Amino acid sequence: MKDFFDGLKSGIPIGLGYLSVSFTFGIMAVSMGFKWWQAIIISMFTVTSAGQFSGIRTMMYPGHYLEMIISQITINIRYSFMSISLGQKTSERFTKVFRYILGFFMTDEIFAVASSKKTVGVSYFAGLSLIPWIGWTVGTALGALLGNILPESVMSALGLAIYGMFVAIVVPEVKKSRPVFITISASIALSCLFYYAPALKKIPSGFTISICAIVAAALCAYFYPVPENDSDTAGNTGGKYE
Amino acid sequence: MNNTQFFKYLFLMAGVTYLIRALPFAMITKKIKNTFVKSFLYYIPYAVLSAMTIPAVFYGTRSIYSALAGLLVAVIFSIRDKSLTTVAILSCAAVFVVELML
Repeated sequence: MKDFFDGLKSGIPIGLGYLSVSFTFGIMAVSMGFKWWQAIIISMFTVTSAGQFSGIRTMMYPGHYLEMIISQITINIRYSFMSISLGQKTSERFTKVFRYILGFFMTDEIFAVASSKKTVGVSYFAGLSLIPWIGWTVGTALGALLGNILPESVMSALGLAIYGMFVAIVVPEVKKSRPVFITISASIALSCLFYYAPALKKIPSGFTISICAIVAAALCAYFYPVPENDSDTAGNTGGKYE
Repeated sequence: MNNTQFFKYLFLMAGVTYLIRALPFAMITKKIKNTFVKSFLYYIPYAVLSAMTIPAVFYGTRSIYSALAGLLVAVIFSIRDKSLTTVAILSCAAVFVVELML
């Protein structure tokens, strides 16, 4: 039970960050002609930012089913890597059934927080997933039903919550590990290249993130393999996020 | 949005996303021994998060200056090992304050 509450606590900043992003999604979906409840169901069953923003654009046209499948795969393939990565540090009790159920909640942020633990238990992961999922759903509902209730200044400020959290996950590891510093430098350089280079701009962002991360992580894994006895503790930050 | 079309698309979108997440999580349960793969999996979260943050963070708020202020505050407080929540809240506050001044 304590693990569950630890998880809940760690999920609060994620949930807050999700509010503003899903709020935007709710507003956007309704403005594109979706009913409020459709926007909410999409968020409840998908829980993916880039995937949903791209998905509703495809949904506007009848019959683009293959496009939907391909775009969702390319945008979301990064989750597979996260699932494999986190699957390596789950506790004994994290059996297949739990993996099929809780795998649903593998978002970038939930993964990042969970992987900062040495071992991830079922209760902890369930607790960690709950508030972000509620935040994502409630944010969508608020956006879809109420539109712009929050002043723009507050929305704008909330826009940084997710990134602030990312920084708080990455920086402590950068302090400890030079290869991680090199990894993120390479990843950032690639990501800027894809964002600003005219020929590469049009590639969907979920897909470019996967490319940048895979290339950067593969290069560093090749040049800076994690020493054998270190790898068990890799990513463990001493329970700071408990 | 017509309901039949909506639910067909929803089923595809949610189904594909779920399988991408859950299948590798459920199927790959053995400890991976290969050093390259292990190192790759250790680096991947940091690579994903940094690629998602930069440059997108610069355009996440109403002004690039407030975003820079928020990012700077986040970096400073993470160097000091503050918790996720603290860093997130302080960086939001920085954005808010800087936008008041602009």
